[in-house]
Amino acid sequence: MLTRLQAAPTVRRIAGAAFTLFGCAVAVFIMLRAIPGDQITAIYGTEAAALSEEQRESLRAYYGLDQPLIVQFFTWLGSVLTGNLGYSSRTQQSVLEMTAQSLPVTLQLSVLAILVALLVGIPLGMLAASRTNALRDWFGQGVALAGLGIPTFLLGTFVLGMAAQSWGFNPNGLRYARLWDDPWLNLQQMFMPALVLGFAIAAPVMRTTRTAVLEVRSLDFIRTAKAKGVPPARLRRSHVLRNSLVPVVTQTGMQFGFLLGGAVVVEQIFSLPGLGRQVVVAMNQQEYAVVQSTVLVIALLFVLVNLATDLLYQRIDPRVRAE
Amino acid sequence: MNTPIFGTPRGGRGASSGPLRGAGVILSISALALTACSNGDNGSAANGDDAAPQNLVVGTSSDVDNLLPWTATHFHSVRVLQNIYGTLTELDEELNVVPGLAEDWEVSEDALTVTFTLREDVTFHDGSDLTADDVVASYEAIMDEETAAVSATYLAAVDSVEATDTHEVTLTLSSPDGALPSKLALGSTAILPADADLDTISNEPNGTGPFALESHEANEALTLAANPDYWDGEPALDSVEFRVIPDENAIVSALQAGNVHLAAFDDPVLVDTIGGDIEIHETPQLSYQVLQFNGYTEPLDDVDVRLAIACTVDRYEVLESAAMGAGEVTGPITSPAYLSDPDNRPCPEPDLDRAQQHLADAGYADGLTLSMIVMGDGYPSTAVAQAENIQAQLDQIGITVQIEALESGSYVDRWMEADFELALALNGGQPDPDVMYGRYFISDGNLNQVAGYSSETLDELFAQGLEETEEDSRREIYDQVSAELEEEAVWVWLFAPYEYTALAEGVTGYTPMANGSMKSLRDTSLEQ
Repeated sequence: MLTRLQAAPTVRRIAGAAFTLFGCAVAVFIMLRAIPGDQITAIYGTEAAALSEEQRESLRAYYGLDQPLIVQFFTWLGSVLTGNLGYSSRTQQSVLEMTAQSLPVTLQLSVLAILVALLVGIPLGMLAASRTNALRDWFGQGVALAGLGIPTFLLGTFVLGMAAQSWGFNPNGLRYARLWDDPWLNLQQMFMPALVLGFAIAAPVMRTTRTAVLEVRSLDFIRTAKAKGVPPARLRRSHVLRNSLVPVVTQTGMQFGFLLGGAVVVEQIFSLPGLGRQVVVAMNQQEYAVVQSTVLVIALLFVLVNLATDLLYQRIDPRVRAE
Repeated sequence: MNTPIFGTPRGGRGASSGPLRGAGVILSISALALTACSNGDNGSAANGDDAAPQNLVVGTSSDVDNLLPWTATHFHSVRVLQNIYGTLTELDEELNVVPGLAEDWEVSEDALTVTFTLREDVTFHDGSDLTADDVVASYEAIMDEETAAVSATYLAAVDSVEATDTHEVTLTLSSPDGALPSKLALGSTAILPADADLDTISNEPNGTGPFALESHEANEALTLAANPDYWDGEPALDSVEFRVIPDENAIVSALQAGNVHLAAFDDPVLVDTIGGDIEIHETPQLSYQVLQFNGYTEPLDDVDVRLAIACTVDRYEVLESAAMGAGEVTGPITSPAYLSDPDNRPCPEPDLDRAQQHLADAGYADGLTLSMIVMGDGYPSTAVAQAENIQAQLDQIGITVQIEALESGSYVDRWMEADFELALALNGGQPDPDVMYGRYFISDGNLNQVAGYSSETLDELFAQGLEETEEDSRREIYDQVSAELEEEAVWVWLFAPYEYTALAEGVTGYTPMANGSMKSLRDTSLEQ
């Protein structure tokens, strides 16, 4: 039940989101055109020089490149609004079909990676905060530093290479199995990439947790709770941790949003056919409609995740609700 | 991740890559060829009910981008399609022209009429028979501008195509074309059914090749199934899956873990990491790494400037120190039957005094500055290192080179517009020297502007080469072409790179080819 006061910010938010998406669409459209070459040179490479003028005309018409830019943009935007995201001549599929296949892959990978990050990051952050500058703090900080410092392409290649060479374990060398087709193989294929990505994201989660816990612990209500005789374990869980979660949720929401943009590098290394790869392959082929529509889908997800994060605040922190 | 997704200068190098050139071929290749069970009976036996199914997996970093053979140029699409579709002629392992769908052909006295006799036992994958009408319809479609087929240029000399019998096709030419049989072996002149709807067949290929398309999941995998009715006998393999593994390191891991049986690489450093029971073959390719000059503009229009550069650049040093020895130094023509002698040039060894002299003759005794474009995003992985090596070498005679490392799209644009002074390029080669260089060095060739050089001598030699059908005489003509290109220092040819083929244990009968073709999958078997 929305009162007028609550409705106003909601409408503002939706309008803001729509504006963000439109801006994103324009930016991608312009950037794609600014890249030298077009779909014809991408497909034919230097062989394009061997095409006659008539052949070239026929190709330009086929790919819709003979229209003025502004017409190309609104034709595309118009079809997107009616649910037609475009067609890929390379895969002979509509972008909607392609996205229906790649989005679940990316979603699953993102959720698993976030789980790994939270399971590693939060306990490590609490451990580090429990006694600053002690050995455990240095340990936690060290792990975080490693997570931040080691690039995922290096870690990914290393983990994959080690597992294959030493144990002959390489589920990712098999054909990608969808969760509903072969859940066991699918989870094996997600295992290494989720771990690698999760490790990278665990670092900021750990650091945020540590800082937040230290800050909350110094607040008055904790002293009051202690004075009232709340047992230490309960104090840590219900008072300190719960109140430290707001920045952690923000941090996680942001990371999740980025992950949905496709963990391009990890998807490449572990051969996962997710959104990131869909964009990269389409970029290389200069398939404008595929890149534009996929980026729009990613932007939409990002906006939705941000919205969800905001709603989550309200659950965790009553003060946000009151505002 | 420097895997090129598309074919730039090597573009359309589907039928590129080099001969099994002399000593460069490692012995195991010939050993393999000897043990190759050439399909036929062996194949059927292996396919018996009690035999284990042979499902070969090929690891590839990119997916096919086009399933219509006439317009496909990306090397991976070309090599997949070669297994699905048939051509009138074919190339054997040494890239000699051999019969394909046509079992025989005859050239008229005036060389203006070529008559092909088709095999009678050939069927398309949908069961329909191959007749002369299919050939006529295919060639006419290729020549139609609407189709935008790159292979249209291969049929440029063809005036008309006629079905003179159910299994006889007659090509009437406007001028003699001695290279025609070689051109008709290229995958882009494949024969499709006459009634094919191009939109449908781009999705559901229907060819006459040893394998038929079974399934294709974009960016994941493409699977071929053996064609039991193939005219040259059913392949031993039951299926071939081209599995897309975008990262080359990950392909190595997949080979090591036994998930992938066959893969081709061009990066020697990567190949060194494979180890184990994986067999590696190195095959010099038809493609070639070259330093191109824009000879239509100053100062490179002066032969002395070009000779100064040609006499300075040490090709062996570029190959050994910048490209990690992954290739063989080459002259202009890499086609095995017409191979150029790499030492037959004005300066077989670098000669700095002579280079200085040429530079002084050209009026640049005090040196000059040139710019060089090179593809900066890793295709090939050593391109920038090669450019820097050449830069350092030319510095010795007072030529300052400014390197412009470009992203591949910009590079292709600049290259096609001939908007450069020097260009380091990896260009595709062809089994026939006319197909390889005619478009570059004939004065009205469509790449002549990029080639930056033309002369009456070359025009005449290329015309003679097409008129001549006798192989020894043709070889002499192209030897002269090669000599002219080197004496005029039109470009500086550096080396033909290796392709490395990794074969897992149990794979037999596979022969890597200099044009990168995976044609011998039909002769391959897999025992596990």
